Amino acid sequence: MSAPEAHATSDGPGTNGATDTQAVRMRKVSKAFGENVVLRELDLDVAPGERVVIIGPSGSGKTTILRTIMTLERPDSGTIEVGGRHLYHEQKEDGQLKPAREKHIRSVRSNVGMVFQHFNLFPHLSALENIALAPVKVHGHSRDEANEAALALLDKVGLRAHANHTPGQLSGGQKQRVAIARSLATNPEVMLFDEVTSALDPELVGDVLEVLRDIAAEGSTTMMLVTHEMGFARESADRLVMFDGGQILEEGVPAEILSDPQHDRTKSFLRAVLEH
Amino acid sequence: MATETGTPTPPEAPSEQDADAAGRGRGLRIGGIRITWKVGLSLAVIVAVAFLLVRAGGGQVRFETRVFRDPDVLFDVEFMLAYVPDFLRALFVTTQATVGGFALALVVGMFLALLRRSRLRIVRWPTTFLIEFVRSTPLLVQLFFLFYGLPRIGWIPEPLRVWSSLTTLILAIGLHYGTYCSEAYRAGIDSVPKGQWEAATSLSLGAATTWTNVILPQAIPNVLPALGNFLIAAYKDAPLGASINVTGVLFFATTTASRTFGPIELYTLIGLGFLAVSLPSAYLLRRLERRIGYERT
Repeated sequence: MSAPEAHATSDGPGTNGATDTQAVRMRKVSKAFGENVVLRELDLDVAPGERVVIIGPSGSGKTTILRTIMTLERPDSGTIEVGGRHLYHEQKEDGQLKPAREKHIRSVRSNVGMVFQHFNLFPHLSALENIALAPVKVHGHSRDEANEAALALLDKVGLRAHANHTPGQLSGGQKQRVAIARSLATNPEVMLFDEVTSALDPELVGDVLEVLRDIAAEGSTTMMLVTHEMGFARESADRLVMFDGGQILEEGVPAEILSDPQHDRTKSFLRAVLEH
Repeated sequence: MATETGTPTPPEAPSEQDADAAGRGRGLRIGGIRITWKVGLSLAVIVAVAFLLVRAGGGQVRFETRVFRDPDVLFDVEFMLAYVPDFLRALFVTTQATVGGFALALVVGMFLALLRRSRLRIVRWPTTFLIEFVRSTPLLVQLFFLFYGLPRIGWIPEPLRVWSSLTTLILAIGLHYGTYCSEAYRAGIDSVPKGQWEAATSLSLGAATTWTNVILPQAIPNVLPALGNFLIAAYKDAPLGASINVTGVLFFATTTASRTFGPIELYTLIGLGFLAVSLPSAYLLRRLERRIGYERT
């Protein structure tokens, strides 16, 4: 994690002109696991409220993009800003960047939420308790307040009747909807969705996508999704990003990329996904 | 460490499945644990034994019964029964040492487990050494060291090196079984999937909340059976205190037997006493294991 210089002025490849503060701004982010380089000086901007779908072959590092923003993986180099604040760096008086202290990282990170492929619900807590935990413990809400908000969120994802069920009593699709509600409960500005439908039986995917569409339709939350659900990308995403070899191959309006991909690798990838 | 199964119910939570879960078998429910008659009976036996022990009194125990066996019979039941009150006084001391020592072990074990997970090598290595050292030496040797050796180390302030027999036994059990417990806790903590830590990070839960609300409630139920086995083992090790004159059951049996020439009856008596406590405990433990196994499927 060494990033002595700021690249605050370099222009990103984001489609929305980078005049406003970006919800997420990644500059020259690199990450390798041993010999395997998964992010290669990646530049990526996401505007507030934007919905970005990231696609690419498996093992290409799409998930790592999200995990570096959630601080589950620390980048080897480069900078990431969330809501205009550096995530891994603190700005010194003279504008230079120095590695941030954990406290700073925690503070910036609290604006980010993530939903995982395998839900990662707390199995010993009921659906309601899963959702209300962070609001009570982190955001200092009263238990009544948090429970009420949690019930409203369960309503939103269609699971109010399952408030008292533990994850073990829920189906995969229900678990994922609870996990989404749990993440929403902390009101993150940026929500990361890591292949949230990949572990589900096909008939359960629809309910989860519906919840995602609802969140997208509200338009207030910035969403970054790694998914193979091209239908969702076409209808609900503002931008589709094709990612391979640690870098962005091409990006643009989903419908255009899906119908007229420029890059050979995008073509073969889409053929494989759509035929499947 | 409670696992919070019986947390407050939200205003609206109707469902048939809930009723199913609650109605799965008969019995009273306390904090999410069903109390059936077998559990009740086991608890009652343990409570009754504890009550008898408290009645029998503790502290400075003196064995005052003066009865001699009939030399013409092989097994003098009357003689054995005459020594039951003395035996209960001794059992109280042994139980005190076990319960006190094991309570200490649970706490010491948790600290050792957390220290061993420290990011700092300077903390981690000495902890590992201490755990391995204590685990690899016999409890009896540790008892002798603490009782006869420690008081001679002059530079340690006196209140920290001179302990009564019973306190020494409690400290020794606490330390010895603390290292075992720490290994159990460690296994339990390691058994919590990485995704749980990641979920805690994604919700920005603090370290304390992550430990107390996410990790330990999942880790501890997994190790309860192991901890229970250690408790029973500690109970069976507590008579070693006789070697430093703790007036527990073994001390009672050896001193009384040498005075009355009735070793068969007296050792039988303490054997039965151990059974009376160990069997119900082992039963409860097996139930606990099954219950946890059931919940995890």
